[in-house]
Amino acid sequence: MQADVKSDAPGAVATGLTLAELPFGFEAVLDRLDLPEDVARRLMELGFVPGHAVAAAHSAPGGDPRVFRVDGSEIALRRETAARIHVRTSPRP
Amino acid sequence: MSDQGCCSPATTIAPEPRPPGKLARAHSIAIVGPPNSGKSTLFNQLTGLRQKVGNYPGVTVEQRVGKMRLAHNKEIDLIDLPGVYSLEPRSEDEQVTRDVLLGEMKDVPRPDGVILILDSTNLGRHLLLAAPVLSLGLPTLVVLNMADSLRERGGQVDTTALARQLGTPVALVSAAKSEGLEPVMEFLTGQFGVPAPVELPVINDIPKCREWATHIGSRAAYRAPSPPLWTRRLDKLFLHPVAGPVIFAMVVIAVFQVIFTGAVPLMDGVEWMVNRSGEWVAGVLPESPVRDLLVEGVWGGVGAVIVFLPQILLLFLFIGILEDSGYMARAALIADRTMSKAGLQGKSFIPLLSAYACAVSAIMATRTIENRRDRIATILIAPFMTCSARLPVYTLIIAAFIPERPLLGHFLGTRTAAMMGLYLLGFLAAVATARVLKSSVLKTERTPFLLEMPPYRRPTLRSLALRLYDRAKIFVRRAGTVILATAIILWLLAHLPLVDGGAPPIEGSVAGTIGRAVEPVIEPLGFNWKIGIGLITSLAAREVIVGTLGTIYGIESGDETSVGLQQALHKDITIGGAVALLVFFAFAMQCMSTVAIVRRETGGWKWPLLQFAYMGTLAYTGAFLANLIVTAIVS
Ligand SMILES: Nc1nc2c(ncn2[C@@H]2O[C@H](COP(=O)(O)OP(=O)(O)OP(=O)(O)O)[C@@H](O)[C@H]2O)c(=O)[nH]1
Ligand SMILES: [Mg+2]
Repeated sequence: MQADVKSDAPGAVATGLTLAELPFGFEAVLDRLDLPEDVARRLMELGFVPGHAVAAAHSAPGGDPRVFRVDGSEIALRRETAARIHVRTSPRP
Repeated sequence: MSDQGCCSPATTIAPEPRPPGKLARAHSIAIVGPPNSGKSTLFNQLTGLRQKVGNYPGVTVEQRVGKMRLAHNKEIDLIDLPGVYSLEPRSEDEQVTRDVLLGEMKDVPRPDGVILILDSTNLGRHLLLAAPVLSLGLPTLVVLNMADSLRERGGQVDTTALARQLGTPVALVSAAKSEGLEPVMEFLTGQFGVPAPVELPVINDIPKCREWATHIGSRAAYRAPSPPLWTRRLDKLFLHPVAGPVIFAMVVIAVFQVIFTGAVPLMDGVEWMVNRSGEWVAGVLPESPVRDLLVEGVWGGVGAVIVFLPQILLLFLFIGILEDSGYMARAALIADRTMSKAGLQGKSFIPLLSAYACAVSAIMATRTIENRRDRIATILIAPFMTCSARLPVYTLIIAAFIPERPLLGHFLGTRTAAMMGLYLLGFLAAVATARVLKSSVLKTERTPFLLEMPPYRRPTLRSLALRLYDRAKIFVRRAGTVILATAIILWLLAHLPLVDGGAPPIEGSVAGTIGRAVEPVIEPLGFNWKIGIGLITSLAAREVIVGTLGTIYGIESGDETSVGLQQALHKDITIGGAVALLVFFAFAMQCMSTVAIVRRETGGWKWPLLQFAYMGTLAYTGAFLANLIVTAIVS
């Protein structure tokens, strides 16, 4: 996890992160889904479309799986899947 | 379908113009929409049927056709379908929807119109589905559901503008509150046309489709509602790392305590009625074989099972709250860790939870599991979960053999703890079996766990009451058919062949002979021939054993009718045999409906036979060991 995150939730985080590293309460912008095509497709159907905002919400006890707020829904993902979803701070110009 | 997106350009095909007044009448309309958008709720409102509704994705897993009466004695078929995110299926329930829509489903004619139902509180994402559905070119009504929540949370949408954008009528409704359904009726009665040609995005390009949805939404002045506050508050509690599990454990204990202890007065009430009416029948009828058949067979057998109705209803009340509130999806989230140790994923937990009601519906519910091997593994372990038919058996034996003592004050007693132990035993057998299967014959790559968390909703009294009513009807019907029939046949077999014109002693009857024939096999488990007969009859359905024992002990005790079933059982078998019987019922697959559904859903006899043999072996071995150990401890 990037160490320069100090602001309170909801805040922005540094670039080069994956969803798995996004701390509870923080928001970022989806960048790239590094997953098999069919899984990526379903994730996009569920709202994980590059360019959209995503926020980390509650998780199961132990931190995995975690619920993400994306495009008006809450979707639970395991860490192994979240780790293949790249996020950044600001929308691409 | 899958390559339609890449080669179809951006427009729907314009319909062949037909002269007005000669438009074909619709005969069947499919209800399509994303999971949990309220399709079944609308279907129920329109047809008056009671499709299962629940607040989690994946409740409906197969098509259901219902007739709806329209004015002038006309009828139309409505088809309720499983929820889909797109027309690219990833699981068997989604495949059903695709097949029905394209007319590829056996025995279901292709629908000639579509009601596309979307959640108005999440229109941006839900509109994604409009693109592929509209490009089917069928007459379509777009229903924006959950108008009540949209209003409450301050959202807005202009349906006229949206209709213009989509080229097809749009209605804003609340299916649950039966609000705004007039346009739906109009659509169904009217002679509707095919959607006007509008620009649709290339279906396979989801980011493009999503952009299109946003664009259309803003043209329709869509204002998304504020986030569901209560859902956030409740999740803060239920998904709290410490408080969450503690609350969960307390709720589970409380539920067991209520089902087991709280149900007792109600069950006593039913028992009192059964006994009084039985005595009344015995009193008014002249002494005759018919009277004995009624008193010992029907009242003794069916009555013994009917007593458990209040308990079963309480169980279903809790299951109803679990399913209607939205906690189900959270439970799956929390269980994912445990399930992943067994090689499965959290989604498998939802069918397993339904298996606490009945394995048959649980096995149907596994259709939502994307991976076929994961699905088969879940089917194979589902019957280990303690279904409601086991409840009467467990309750009877526990009440007969385990004295009630407080363990945690009034909060938890010995009998409740024993009951929880049995539920746990079944669950552990399921997990262990899954683990073995998933590391051998059903091995797969790890499959991703993706689950939508619905907002919490308050379960309505009406919905809970209807669930209980339907459940009571099923229970009484079963008592009036399977259980009644076995009771009568058993009574006859227990009185034949006639010796000197009278009934033989029960050991010498046909039933007794059958029982004594199996006795050597089950003796090592601590069971006698009467239990043997019960094991045979319980192949029809587990709770039949309670009725069977009721009949046999009734015949044995002769005239003193109301020797309680518990006392009779207590006298008849040892504590070792009793524990063995509990273990046997926890593991054995004594349910022919389950065998039949497994055959249907796995497409052959291989898995159900394997499962039957495996569970039977485990039951026999487990019961043998239980009898051995308990007997050794007691003596
Ligand atoms: N507030 C509100 N809730 C609704 C409305 N319509 C349905 N619901 C609730 O939404 C949940 C889902 O309803 P279902 O009818 O089971 O949804 P479905 O689309 O059939 O779901 P699947 O079969 O899982 O695809 C249930 O808890 C309903 O009570 C509505 O108009 N307003
Ligand atoms: Mg449904």
